[in-house]
Amino acid sequence: MSEAPQINSQSASPYSSNDAEVRAELSEIDASIRTSALFFTVSAIFWLLAGTVFALITAYKAHEPSFMGDSALSTFGRMRSAHLNAMALGWGNNIIFAVGLWIMARLCRSPIRHGGLLLIAGIFWNIGLTVGIVGIIMGDITSVEWLEIPHYATPLLALSYALIGVWGVMAFKFRKGEHVYVSQWYILAGLFWFPWLYIVAQIMIIWFPARGVVQSVTNWWFAHNVLGLWLTPMALATAYYLIPKVLGRPIYSYYLSVLGFWALAIFYNWAGVHHLIGGPIPVWLISAGIVASIMMVIPVIVVGLNHHMSVVGLHKEVWRSPTLRFVVFGAISYTLVSLIGSSMAVRSVNEITHFTHFTVGHAHHGVYAFFSMIMFGGVYYMMPRLLKREWPSAGLIKLHFWGSAIGISVMLFALHVIGWIQGVQMNDATIPFLEIVQNTIPWLKARTISGVFLTVAHIAFAVNFFWMLFAAGAVRAKQGPTLLDSAKEEGVA
Amino acid sequence: MKNLPLLFCGIFFALAFSFTGLILSSNIQLGSLTQTTEMQDENGNNMEGETLYPLTAPGLAQQGKQVYIEMGCIYCHTQQVRRAGFGADVERNWGPRASVARDYILQDRVLLGTMRTGPDLMHVGGRPLNKDWHHLHLYNPQITSPGSTMAPFAFLYETREIDGAPSANALKFPPNSEYSPEAGYEVVPTRRADALVEYMLSLKLDYSLPEAPIAE
Ligand code: HEC
Ligand code: HEM
Ligand SMILES: [Fe+2]
Repeated sequence: MSEAPQINSQSASPYSSNDAEVRAELSEIDASIRTSALFFTVSAIFWLLAGTVFALITAYKAHEPSFMGDSALSTFGRMRSAHLNAMALGWGNNIIFAVGLWIMARLCRSPIRHGGLLLIAGIFWNIGLTVGIVGIIMGDITSVEWLEIPHYATPLLALSYALIGVWGVMAFKFRKGEHVYVSQWYILAGLFWFPWLYIVAQIMIIWFPARGVVQSVTNWWFAHNVLGLWLTPMALATAYYLIPKVLGRPIYSYYLSVLGFWALAIFYNWAGVHHLIGGPIPVWLISAGIVASIMMVIPVIVVGLNHHMSVVGLHKEVWRSPTLRFVVFGAISYTLVSLIGSSMAVRSVNEITHFTHFTVGHAHHGVYAFFSMIMFGGVYYMMPRLLKREWPSAGLIKLHFWGSAIGISVMLFALHVIGWIQGVQMNDATIPFLEIVQNTIPWLKARTISGVFLTVAHIAFAVNFFWMLFAAGAVRAKQGPTLLDSAKEEGVA
Repeated sequence: MKNLPLLFCGIFFALAFSFTGLILSSNIQLGSLTQTTEMQDENGNNMEGETLYPLTAPGLAQQGKQVYIEMGCIYCHTQQVRRAGFGADVERNWGPRASVARDYILQDRVLLGTMRTGPDLMHVGGRPLNKDWHHLHLYNPQITSPGSTMAPFAFLYETREIDGAPSANALKFPPNSEYSPEAGYEVVPTRRADALVEYMLSLKLDYSLPEAPIAE
């Protein structure tokens, strides 16, 4: 099997893998992180599937309320929270620990030390999460959004996370080379920001509750920043790493990367209060949140431009590479979701969208169409390098892509449209509430159907993954990487 | 980038700024709010009233709040009223005034919520919905609100054979309701259902605060 896919054989940035020495080095680094990266990927996929089951139940219950209605265990609130936490902390964090740390190790050009420690921390993370989600379903749910996991599981989560984070920082400390690539800034920052957010939120909301709505401010400072300062930097780091790698040409502009990074670091922080617009908190706080949300247009345009200019003219390559097809879908979604998000912070828009399905649609636009799609791309790139094997089925990759792309598009369309209608109608006191409830039902059914598409996609992904992982003998030894159109038969590189 | 100290400081201060600006400062500003007897008279002047507001919720209602938390009601219901002119919260009778920070100071867990699949509940105890209505609604929302997407919470109730005279607290189903139990049986609330309904009835925004008077 060829060492590096032909398509990126002239990969120029961040480090050329043309150079045999560099390749051997990367190969050694990959070997050193293989076990923990595989563990995290397997865990992530397991949580993705579990989260999908919870999602389907929740989505179905939203229009068939008596479905599984005989037990407290399967109430809407608990299923929804099991879904959110399985996806955000199970799929999201594990896949970050897999792909993000792998990228970090590669960019630091230093084989990792104490891989065993990372693995143990990872095992504890997943134990803590399992305990937490079982706790949610059993009724120990906190009903604090994004922090539903009961107090007996969170210290374990915080501790194991701290170990993983410290490990990432250590990898950075032992790096070789002068230059620190933009992906490394994002990963380093994310690794540092997440525990701070998590621990402050736990202390001020659960352990020593702050007075009144200070809890709510903390809650949304945390919850919004999980997206903005944790999932987003990690996905951007992955995109910044993979686009030049696969296309074999450097990122368009170094200065735009710098600008994008610092603008995100400065503005995203303050934006969380936009979840409380119109709420019982001082107006100046809300105004700060609105201003920061609108300023986010800067890093978004900058990053979008940088990514766009890096792929421009190479659309064929993008379409053919499994990795880039997902990553570019994610990168485009980042621009869209962020611009929509900024406009949702404008008071007159927020007045309509705030308490509706529009927000749920927006959340999935971010966590799925942007974050998850990029991470899927990351897995498609990472696995062949870790296992020295190719993906067994291009068909399953295509099924995954189309299932995800169609599914998420249908979901976003349905939730944005009905959310808007719901908001406009709720603001008209002459329309009876039950009538509005009725109007949402067909659209919520559309969301359930979109969930079926996404489920098919996730199953295709999982089957391909475990096939690759376990059925080593069955995987055909191929000349090149698994690409997504017939061009590969013609040997186009 | 090569200037690593700058990178580290930037990463640190970025979050430190928002932590200070949003969390610590609101903790200082709002953390000192107390209950007050002050309210406004007809002319908008502050005057001393009799009662300390907001009120502390009675014990059973506190237990009911715990049930509300465990059942995840927050994922469909908010507890915050936006000011008149911003949305139609006041017009929909979800509350006579906007809720403000002081309304929440006695709560160990603040349940503002972000989703209105169902109506806001900040002032649900002030609406003409009595205990019987709430029990029927919780047992199965279709009884009181046909077509609702709220889930039934029938597992908070017990269906049992009538032993002698029917219990006083048995649910009073409308005549010929398809949800009534078989003849000879009755549905009674468990303690948790009682607590939850007590909590619903305790949610009221019917008092004025100096910063949030109720317009006549
Ligand atoms: C899946 C979403 C959902 C969940 C979960 C939910 N509700 Fe509801 N709720 C609704 C909807 C929709 C309505 C409006 C229709 C109706 O009256 O049933 C409503 C109405 C209400 C009302 C009537 C308010 C009024 O002013 O008419 C009360 C009280 C209520 N819910 C309490 C609760 C409690 C208590 C819980 C938790 C045990 C809960 N709800 C959980 C969706 C939900
Ligand atoms: C299998 C496909 C999926 C389906 C069918 C689905 C469905 C749902 C449903 C029904 C809800 C509850 C919304 C409500 O309260 O009305 C929800 C919430 C949520 N889901 Fe998903 N979901 C899917 C995938 C994902 C993924 C992959 C992620 C994250 C990586 C995710 C993250 C979230 C988040 C963060 C929320 C909370 C939204 C908010 O607070 O506004 N979902 N989802
Ligand atoms: Fe947000």
